[in-house]
Formats: sequence, structure tokens, C-alpha cells
Amino acid sequence: MKSPGRIAALTVAALLGVGILSGCSSNSGGGDGKVNLVVAPVLPGATADALKALHERVQQFEKKYPNIKVKAIEYQWTGTTFAAELAGGTLPDVFNVPFTDSKTLANNGQLADITKYFDQTSTAKKWNKNVLDVATGNDGKIYGIPWGPYAMALSYNRDIFTKAGLDPDKPPTTLDEIEQDAKTISQKVPGVAGYMQMTKDNTGGWELATLTQSLGGRLEKVGSDGKVTVTANNAQTKQALNWLKKLRWTDDSMGSNFLFDWSGINQAFASGQIAMYMSGSDVIGSLMQANGFDPKKYGVTTFPLSSDPNAGILSGGNVDVVDVKDSPAQIAAAVKWIDFYRTQPTVDKTAAIDNAKTLAKGDQAVNAPTLPVFDRATWERNQEWIKPYDNIPVENLKPFNDNIFNQKISPEPPAHTQDLYGALDSVVQAVLTDQHADVDTLLKGVNTKVQALIDADSK
Amino acid sequence: MSVQTTARTTSLEHAARDRRRHNPITWVQRGGLTTLIFLLPLLLIFGVFSWTPIVEAVVMSFQKTNLVTAPVFVGWDNFVAVFEDPVFWIAVRNTGYFAGLALLFGYPIPLVAAVLMSEVRRMKGLYSVLAYLPVVIPPVVSVLLWKIFYDASPTGVFNTILGWFGIPPQPWIQDAATAMPSLVLEATWAGAGGTIIIYLAALTSVAPDLYDAAEVDGASIWGKIWHVTLPQLRGILFITLILQIIATAQVFLQPFLFTGGGPVDSTMTILLLIYQYAFTQSLGGAYGQATALSLMLAVFLAILSVVYFRLTARWSDN
Repeated sequence: MKSPGRIAALTVAALLGVGILSGCSSNSGGGDGKVNLVVAPVLPGATADALKALHERVQQFEKKYPNIKVKAIEYQWTGTTFAAELAGGTLPDVFNVPFTDSKTLANNGQLADITKYFDQTSTAKKWNKNVLDVATGNDGKIYGIPWGPYAMALSYNRDIFTKAGLDPDKPPTTLDEIEQDAKTISQKVPGVAGYMQMTKDNTGGWELATLTQSLGGRLEKVGSDGKVTVTANNAQTKQALNWLKKLRWTDDSMGSNFLFDWSGINQAFASGQIAMYMSGSDVIGSLMQANGFDPKKYGVTTFPLSSDPNAGILSGGNVDVVDVKDSPAQIAAAVKWIDFYRTQPTVDKTAAIDNAKTLAKGDQAVNAPTLPVFDRATWERNQEWIKPYDNIPVENLKPFNDNIFNQKISPEPPAHTQDLYGALDSVVQAVLTDQHADVDTLLKGVNTKVQALIDADSK
Repeated sequence: MSVQTTARTTSLEHAARDRRRHNPITWVQRGGLTTLIFLLPLLLIFGVFSWTPIVEAVVMSFQKTNLVTAPVFVGWDNFVAVFEDPVFWIAVRNTGYFAGLALLFGYPIPLVAAVLMSEVRRMKGLYSVLAYLPVVIPPVVSVLLWKIFYDASPTGVFNTILGWFGIPPQPWIQDAATAMPSLVLEATWAGAGGTIIIYLAALTSVAPDLYDAAEVDGASIWGKIWHVTLPQLRGILFITLILQIIATAQVFLQPFLFTGGGPVDSTMTILLLIYQYAFTQSLGGAYGQATALSLMLAVFLAILSVVYFRLTARWSDN
């Protein structure tokens, strides 16, 4: 029989165990005077090459800043896990969020204020206010550093184009041409969807917004008094949905699977199930990093704009942000890392070449098409520096790079953007899965739902 | 007189015994402390990991919070918001539809399979293993596997099989009309094994004499099942029914992984809606609505269980 003393000891041990478990997520500074930093610049499932390239960059950084110890992890920021990770203290110190969400998170008090350390970076004064705006809170403080802005584009598989008898150097330049090429591909290359776009987890609404704005429409209108009105049932959104309807039901050129999120459609494209899809212009970076896609097969062109004077291409990008629970020393180190890893390679020749060399050695995209983060001259200078290390055939990117500066950039809908996108997912899914979907009623439903959320904010 | 004395003596004895019972020293001597110490880790772990979150969830259902800034009490606003959300009623209807379909297919199939398997004389073990195998596969793996089977192109696994019999390709999870039945099919496949094993165990407890008696009375195999097997399994059948209703009311995995609630909210269930409130809407701004709906579901299931057990208790007595 066990003595009460032994039982008490076991109880104490159990209690200690619970205590230890609940305390293991702390990641503050180390005991040796070094600052510990967990950064998350690669997606889960990154190839071994991608991890090797990253490891090398970390070593370069630690050499430059010997008192900072960096641990790089694979991580993908998602709205679904963020709040719980933040509350549970398991967020990395540095992670990236899309333009769509950075301002909301900053205003929610969910990101660290980095103003003080940002101002100490060499490029602090160089930033274009319009770009930096996505990382600026309503209080005027800086909550992140933008990088890799991109425009929405049309990615296509050059091999499939050739198989279908189309010229991969002459990709479609209008919606009608996309429709025609998609039809040809679906007829000549069985089992391949000629054109597809995303439909799930808010991406359906994101891409419908791109189509709407490319036709000159807007899903939200901001009044002179700042009041936002949701206008989902506008003529251009209906035109966009009719275009999708034609591809799906008249031409049958969108394949047979209609539930795709961002990573799902990338995977389907990389495995040759989809010939053309709407994507960010920089998506080749992820296709190479996470799907091991061969850049020789890759083609990209600008997404066509209509002649409407309001037509513009939806743009996006990333903002590297810092965990709001970090100590000042960690925030300072985090800003140094972001500056080293993201900003310097765009403005500093040595940094740009070092970065390009490392990426090329690791088979990662060096010249994925992006938009200027500062100004066009800086961007063009940077392109010249990295030219010798380009590993995506330049001629494959030509249709995009030649035309993008002729397109007017158009920002995302401003209020409750993700909620709007989420509500529009259902509309896109309805058009692709139900031939008789009542688009008008569905769009009016979106208006009511999202307008209620916007109105609730001003109460 | 003597009766009174006896009565008084008894009551005094009782009082003394009570005092002894409530005396701390006797309590320790009788092992009360040991019991408490044994109980303590359990109380603590349940307290920290179960009861505290439950209480916090109840409190949160009356708050607006994003887990970082200070929460604000908003009264019944979260409950009102849930009731005013048109998707809530769609989710209720879909969950009912899922539960109904799951009951229609998922409830009788394991019973029939178990009865048939218990009748088999040879290789009983092999059949049990085969039936239980889907339960062993991690649920996420089986859903992802079925997602490949459900490929809606003519070359998809199920569509190829249908093609052998001249049936045209089906859209499976890509169509609002067929998505939910497709989810139920997978859920039935994944869950039947566990229930079959329970029924098989229960069937072994049916006294063979009853079958012998029925046979002497000239009962057919169906007669034996109807008059002997089913009445003998009644208790188990009632339990598995309520367990299945509770489980299907909380269906999450299949709609989450197969369709994300689509196409067009046709597979949006209550639990998936709770998940969306908490994690996808306004970047975690609707925890209040999520906990409010969770609370409503819990109360509904509790009431359902009580009513069910009251009803079945009466039937069982009869």
C-alpha cells in the first residue's frame, strides 16, 4: 500500500508537470545576453533547397548581428489561426500578413508598434506614403514593413499551350481571348481545365473583386463623408459572373472541380490540371518553393483591363509584422531582420546580389515579377543587379513585365474586406455549380450582410 | 416508557455517530485525505482544462473581445446577432439534414452488418477486422482520401466505377444537391466499424437458449431477429441512437475538409459556423457569437438528451 507521503509527492510532481507544460510557449530573450528571434519567411512544405537558401541567409544575418540568435521556421499566416496563436503565445516573432489584413490587425491592437525602430532603418524616409499606408495604423504609427507588392495577373502553363496548338509567347490579352483559349485547351487537351479561379476561404471574393475592378466596377463606394456603401450588385460584377458562367456552362472549359483555395489551385496548376488561372504576379515564387514547379513551363501575363476609365488592376502584397507580445529588444531585433531580409535586397547592391546568389543556388525564384516597393527607378536598378542570377526565363515573364506599367493599379475594397470576400465566395460557387443561380438575389444578399457589419462599426 | 427510552438512546447514538463521522481525525483515519489527494490531480486537470474554459465560454458569450484588448460586456447582443444571421438558419437546416441522412443510412447499416456477421460461422475475426479498419485510419486521412475518390471528372475513382455500369459521372461534392449526401456516405463508412463492434459484443450476451426456444417454436431467421435479437439489444440501440444524434449535431470534420461549407453554404453546419465566427470572420472579432452559438447548441443537446432518456426509460420499462 502507498503511504500518504508518496501520494503527496506524486501529486506535487503532477502539479509541477502541469506548470511546466503551461509555461513552455515563452520565447523571450536568452540567458547569455543574446536576443532570440523566431522568424517565419517560408511556407510549410518548403523544398529542401528553399530551406537551405534560408539557412544561409540566417547565417549571413547572424554574422552581421552577433547578439541576435535567429530561428527560422516554416509558417503560413492564416486569419483562422492567428488570434488563437496570439492569445496562446505561440506566434513567431516575425511573420507576414497580406495587405488585405495588415491595417485591420494594426487597428485591433494585434500587432507590435515598430515606429521607433523603423525610423532608424536606412530607408525610413524613402518610403512612398501610399505603399507604407497599408502598414500604418489609424493612430499614424507604423506596424509593419511592406514587401513584394504584386499585381493580379494571369498565370499559364506554356507546355499545355503548346499541346493545344496555341503560341505560348502570345497569351490572351482580353477576356474574350481568355475564353477562346480556354475553350481550345479544354477541347484539345482532355482532363485539363482551360481556365479556373479560386472559390474558397475568401479567395473567391478576392478574385471576383479583381474581375470587377478590371471591368471598371467597385464593390464598395466611399462617400464624401467617409461612409462606405457596399455595391456588390453593380453591372461589372454581374458582367464578370456572366463571363464565368459562359466559360463554365457554355464552353465547359473550367474542368470539374470548383472548390479551390489559394494553395489548392497552386497545387492543381503545378500538377498540370489547370492551364490558366488568375493569381498574384509573384506566385511563381510559391510554385517553386512549395510545389517544386519547373519555371521553364511557367508563363505570366497581365490580367486584361477593359476600356472603362475606372478599370484598374487589383494589387496586393505582404507586410512583415512583429508579435505584439514581444519585448522592446525583440522588436528592435525583428525590425533589423525584416530590413536585412526584405528591404535591403531591393535598395542595396551587395545585399541584392547576395540574396539573388543564395536564392539561385537553392533553386528559388530570383526574378519573380513584382511591383516597385519604392519607385520605378529603384526597382529597375534592382532588376539590373540581379539579372545575372535570373532563373525564370526572362522571355516567359515578358508579357507581364512589358505591360504592367501601362496598367492602372487599383487598391482592394476598403471596409470589412475579408468579410466581403467571404460573402462573395458563395456567389462564385453558385455560378460555377448551379446553372440557374440567381446572381441578382445573391449579390443583394452580400450587400445586406456586409453593410450590416460596416454599419455596426459606426454604432 | 421503555419504547421512549429506546428511541432516545437511538437518536443519541445517531448524533454521536454523526459527530464521529464529521470529526476531522476520523475523516483522515478513514482515508478521506488519501481520497482527496487522489482526487486532487483529477480535479485540477479537469478544472484547468475543462471547467474553466466552459465557464469562460459562458462569460465570453456576453462579451465582445478579440483576446488582446479588454473585453466589453454587450448583454444578449451576440445571441441576437446569431439569430439575425441568415446563415445560422441554413446551418441549422443543413445540420438537421446531415443528422437525418446519417440516421437513415448510418443507424441501420451497422446493426444489419453486426447481425449478419454474428450469423457467420467461419472467419468471423476477418470480418470484424475489415469492418473496423476504417475506424483505425486517422479521420483526416480518410477524408482527404475520399476527396480524391470524389474527383468530379470522368476519370475520378468513383466516376470511373460508375462508368463501368454505364452511369454518367456525378458531381459529388461539387454540387449543392449531392454534396451533403456525399459527406454522409464518407461519415457512415468511417463510423460504422465502431458501432458494429458494440453490437457484436452485445449480441454475444443474448442467451442462445432464446434462439433455441424460438427455433423449436418454428421461427424463421427474420422471426428470430425480430422477436429475440432486437428486443434483447433494445438498451444498446437506445444508447447508440442518442450518441449518434449528439455526434451528428456536432459534425465538423467532413464539411470543413471536404467543402469548407460550400458549394453555396450547402454543407455549412452549426459547428462549422461556430468555427467561422471564431476564426475567419473579422480576424477573430466574433468570439462572442461563436461562444453564444456553442452555448445554444450545448443547451439544446442537453434538453434533447433529457427528453430522450425520459421517453426511452418508459419504453424500456414496458
